[in-house]
Amino acid sequence: MRPFTFTKVRNSAVAVKEISEKEEAKFIAGGTNLLDLMKFDVMIPKNIIDITGIALNYIKNLEDGGLRLGALVTNSDTAYHKEVENRYPLLSHAILAGASPQLRNKATDAGNLLQRTRCYYFYDPATPCNKREPGSGCSAIHGYNRWHAIFGASEKCIATHPSDMCVALAALEAKVNVTGPNGERNIPFEDFHRLPGDHPEKDTNLSKDEIITSIDLPANGFAENFSYIKNRDRASYSFALVSIAVGLEMKGNKIKEARIVLGGVAHKPWRNKEAEAFLNNKEANRENFEAVADVIVREAKGYEYNKFKIELARRSVVRALMQAAKIEE
Amino acid sequence: MIEKPHRPNQAAEAAFSIQKHKIILTINEVEQEIKVDAWTTVLDLLREHLHLTGTKKGCDHGQCGACTVLMDGTRINSCLTLAVMHDGAEITTVEGLAKGEQLHPVQEAFIEQDAFQCGYCTPGQICSAIGLINEGKAKTPEDIRDLMSGNICRCGAYNNILKVVQEALERERS
Amino acid sequence: MATNFIGKPKNRVDGRDKVTGTAKYTAEFHRPGLLHGVVVSGTIAKGRIKNIDTTAALRLEGVVEVFTHINTPKQAWLDLSYKDMDAPPGEPFRPLHNDKIQFNMQPVALVVAETLELAQYAATLVKVEYEVEEHRTKLADHLEDAIDGDGFRAGFVPPKSQGNFKKAFSNSEVQLDVEYFHGAEHHNPMEMHAATVFYEEDGSLTIYDKTQGVKNSQHYISMVFGLSKKKVRVLSPFVGGAFGSALRPQYQLFLATLAALELKRSVKVELTRPQMFSFGHRPITIQNLKLGASPDGKLKAISHKAFSETSRFEKYVENVVNWAAKLYDCDNIEQVYKLVRLDMYTPLDMRAPGGATGVYALESAMDELSYKLKMDPMELRLKNYSEEDKSEGKPFSTKTLRECFQKGAAKFGWEKRNPQPRSMKKGHDLIGWGMATGVWDAMQVPARAKAEFSADGTLTVGSATADIGTGTYTIMTQIAAETLGLPLEKVKANLGDSDLPFAFIEGGSSTAASVGSAVQKVCEKIAKKLLKEAGKIKDSPFKGANPEEVIFADEMITDKINPSISMSFAEIMESRELEKINKKYMLLPNMLKQNKYSRNTHSAVFAEVKVDEDLGTIKVNRIVSAIDGGRILNLKTAHSQILGGVVWGISMAVHEDSFMDHTFGRFINHDLSKYHISVNADMPEIDVVFVEEPDMVVSSVGAKGIGEIGMVGVAAAIGNAVFHATGKRVRSLPITQEKAMT
Repeated sequence: MRPFTFTKVRNSAVAVKEISEKEEAKFIAGGTNLLDLMKFDVMIPKNIIDITGIALNYIKNLEDGGLRLGALVTNSDTAYHKEVENRYPLLSHAILAGASPQLRNKATDAGNLLQRTRCYYFYDPATPCNKREPGSGCSAIHGYNRWHAIFGASEKCIATHPSDMCVALAALEAKVNVTGPNGERNIPFEDFHRLPGDHPEKDTNLSKDEIITSIDLPANGFAENFSYIKNRDRASYSFALVSIAVGLEMKGNKIKEARIVLGGVAHKPWRNKEAEAFLNNKEANRENFEAVADVIVREAKGYEYNKFKIELARRSVVRALMQAAKIEE
Repeated sequence: MIEKPHRPNQAAEAAFSIQKHKIILTINEVEQEIKVDAWTTVLDLLREHLHLTGTKKGCDHGQCGACTVLMDGTRINSCLTLAVMHDGAEITTVEGLAKGEQLHPVQEAFIEQDAFQCGYCTPGQICSAIGLINEGKAKTPEDIRDLMSGNICRCGAYNNILKVVQEALERERS
Repeated sequence: MATNFIGKPKNRVDGRDKVTGTAKYTAEFHRPGLLHGVVVSGTIAKGRIKNIDTTAALRLEGVVEVFTHINTPKQAWLDLSYKDMDAPPGEPFRPLHNDKIQFNMQPVALVVAETLELAQYAATLVKVEYEVEEHRTKLADHLEDAIDGDGFRAGFVPPKSQGNFKKAFSNSEVQLDVEYFHGAEHHNPMEMHAATVFYEEDGSLTIYDKTQGVKNSQHYISMVFGLSKKKVRVLSPFVGGAFGSALRPQYQLFLATLAALELKRSVKVELTRPQMFSFGHRPITIQNLKLGASPDGKLKAISHKAFSETSRFEKYVENVVNWAAKLYDCDNIEQVYKLVRLDMYTPLDMRAPGGATGVYALESAMDELSYKLKMDPMELRLKNYSEEDKSEGKPFSTKTLRECFQKGAAKFGWEKRNPQPRSMKKGHDLIGWGMATGVWDAMQVPARAKAEFSADGTLTVGSATADIGTGTYTIMTQIAAETLGLPLEKVKANLGDSDLPFAFIEGGSSTAASVGSAVQKVCEKIAKKLLKEAGKIKDSPFKGANPEEVIFADEMITDKINPSISMSFAEIMESRELEKINKKYMLLPNMLKQNKYSRNTHSAVFAEVKVDEDLGTIKVNRIVSAIDGGRILNLKTAHSQILGGVVWGISMAVHEDSFMDHTFGRFINHDLSKYHISVNADMPEIDVVFVEEPDMVVSSVGAKGIGEIGMVGVAAAIGNAVFHATGKRVRSLPITQEKAMT
């Protein structure tokens, strides 16, 4: 690890001030990804601002029936929180599908949103990577890309966002509350993460001098009809090859509203609203689910080692929808 | 003065400074004031600075669980957190589990079930198992297996580790 | 007998140390002033170092030195000096020797500093410029350049053919011709390699090294640095797993020693997890199996060919294609083993080297043949069961494989198997049952042991072997206690210290049979001496008695015929005014006797898998492993050994794959989040069955080593079960989800 200055702050305003004033500064809370990357010499912040002293470790009900997750609540505390378990089981399941208990006990909700890709090349400073070092090239496009994106990639980067939690948050249409020098704003979840485009070094639309203070979950948690499926290389403690979060609003056997978000397949949680709309007012059955899965994978593009993800994604979407609709075969 | 035969012909200088911080940690029930560099992880503090080598380094990146300790009763990877962030915390390592000569029941069970071979992942497995029991979320053998999956055992003692945790949970219940 | 320990499920004698954190591993020894060394790894596969700039690192206060090929004093220049006991033919890699880059992640500098954190930081400041040369790292692209896999290496048997394969194959009514592949693997013991070198006041070195052979490390250091062995003591009391990775001295040992000698200070070097992918792996093989059989399933012809990889500088060989002749009664066998030299580090023995991979392909092909023949896979094996080793024309010292099949099959419920693939299903899961045979060598190698019996009734035995988790401490203790008739608590076993009598590197499943026998023999010498001394006591009933006429138990000598005649050890020591009895023993395998037999362990492995019909998700659900491992010395640790071997087999079958990016010639998934090792959630129910028959040819304790056999055959059994579940034959490992999708 390279040297850095260390400052501890007690409130968000000071945190914003510190990060605005300091060069190459980073917030630290759980630290589970930042320190990992600092030790690999991938991230080299000169200033570290410890935000764990800010009072953002809470979960509370919102007036609109939603739930607010403080930025500093750990992934474990979120997943096992009674309100989350009961009203947002999709979120709980997704969180518990990620990482390990030890990591979830330390990693925070805001930190989960900000974790970096697990692309082999991003992690290895001996190889070119546009995300780590803009302009150096992408080693994955013609390299070992089994873990990489099939949606929304660019010629500059085919990395994926590794989070499970974010896949569920995207499906739930969460909002990310942030504070910056110009005050507070909230970012709809689908706008929070970016596609790589020409600037893969930017993972999110959060400004450098902003801090995430909380995440709001809307009232509808799709607690009745949901599914989270995670395909991965071992049964636990590994990142998704393809994951699927599904939430359905059903009336009888009819679908009123569908949310389908894929993880491990793009630079951000991958949602296809056109496909979701296709299911509106349709019967919940395999035929319709197959059809919607076809729509979702239509625009997928595979590379040498990850082509299988396209068919795996298609089948997983069908399976997740069947599970969410509680259709036994 | 140590001879440095190959050093370039220029004076050594401190081209950087890493801040030192005073923190108070209670490690295995002993409160101590410690001066740490900001870049020192809890794991390196334990192993390299305090010579409490019971906690192991297996990857230094949160990918193996060998460094698991109980921080205020919760299991975490000590390699992925800075010591300076834990002023006032209570840390329990494998060295702090036995009461005198009396081993912790989970330690006893690890021996009895032969839940290890080389022993290197064992302190992390034991701390993780105790953390799991504290958390109270594991109900089935599948739950236990999943919730013990943050600890890799290259010798493959997993099934015996499962037995240890099952027994411990049964003991808790009765 | 009260002192009957061998074979019993005894707890590990080092268990308490391991569960309390007091067992100290290599990087955990400390003395004030200890310096920390961090290795800088190269980033290209082939070429030379144009420039290496260490000034920024050296400028930091607290950085003591940066060693590179430029400022490293020249040590022994003869290649021979770098040859360790396990070195394959060739010229061993010499760290920091010159500007040449021979493999990716080659160590190019060692940064030594006052603290670990500082050394790590300084290492990031070392800037290296390279002149890149074109490399080749892909086996499949260079098969035309293959050379014969031959040469002398301990344990390696150059494959030879017998009969006339071509003719017999073309005359076979049923023929199979298939190609198998598996990826590279890395050992990844949980403890990363490290060396802690204490520089003593007199200039001698006390070295803690992660090694499976302290004598090997000592030999290497004394040769390379021109030091008398008296000045080099190497210790490894605890080894945090090794699996072959610590058979050869690795570069951490060289670098830490170099720094300590140059700086005249104590230095510790611990590698990082990515660096654990930099010094040797289980090599990739591309294997071709041709099987010819008559319609009734009798094998007429077998051809087993393998292409594998080695480095440019050493010729690593292992027994990949030698197993069919041991397992099957077939007169026409062709065995071909070829190697391609690539720009990578020399491959390195990894648990069941050659066997794990060769038997995987052979036993998968046998499964394929069984379907062609419409014959039960186990029946096919029994039909061709070998009563002698065809390759050597010798009988087996012991072989209980037939009983392993029977007992394993019964435990598994094999007779209920529907031979039809895709015939079993539960929910979305296709269920498949597969089986395979395993085989490994039962070796005994020379070993020395010493023992000291004290007047206080305690016995200390010692041998410079290692306990890498295998239970060596425990079985040494058990054997000694039983042989002399002492309670376990009164026996202390020492190992992992080059001051102790010679033992070979702890590998190849040879330790129990070798060191175990040496311990037994040295204790017999102590017993004999005690009896002799007892006979010298006035009016002794044991005057002139032979050891065969008495029993050593309960800390006493007792007459066999008249048990009321006895004398305690304490009494003997006191009467004879003896403080200590010291004995040494050197075990030399009786090659005359052993060479009359083929000496092997065997296994029958049965596997049940679940494969998701749509998603291809594989879950290994159940394994039964029946083991022919001679006499079991400790049921508990032996059970764990086999459990571990099975877990390795599972991990090999469905998880492990060190992926080489050929653009960079670099293993690219070089850490534990990207190189997958099975975790607890992947585990099936595992049943271990021992079919014991003491093998008195292999060792006087009747043991055949079991460190490897538990792994062999497992990957094939799983692959065969995946076929039975899905009807899809996957011919490459690991069988990841996409390969099992149908």
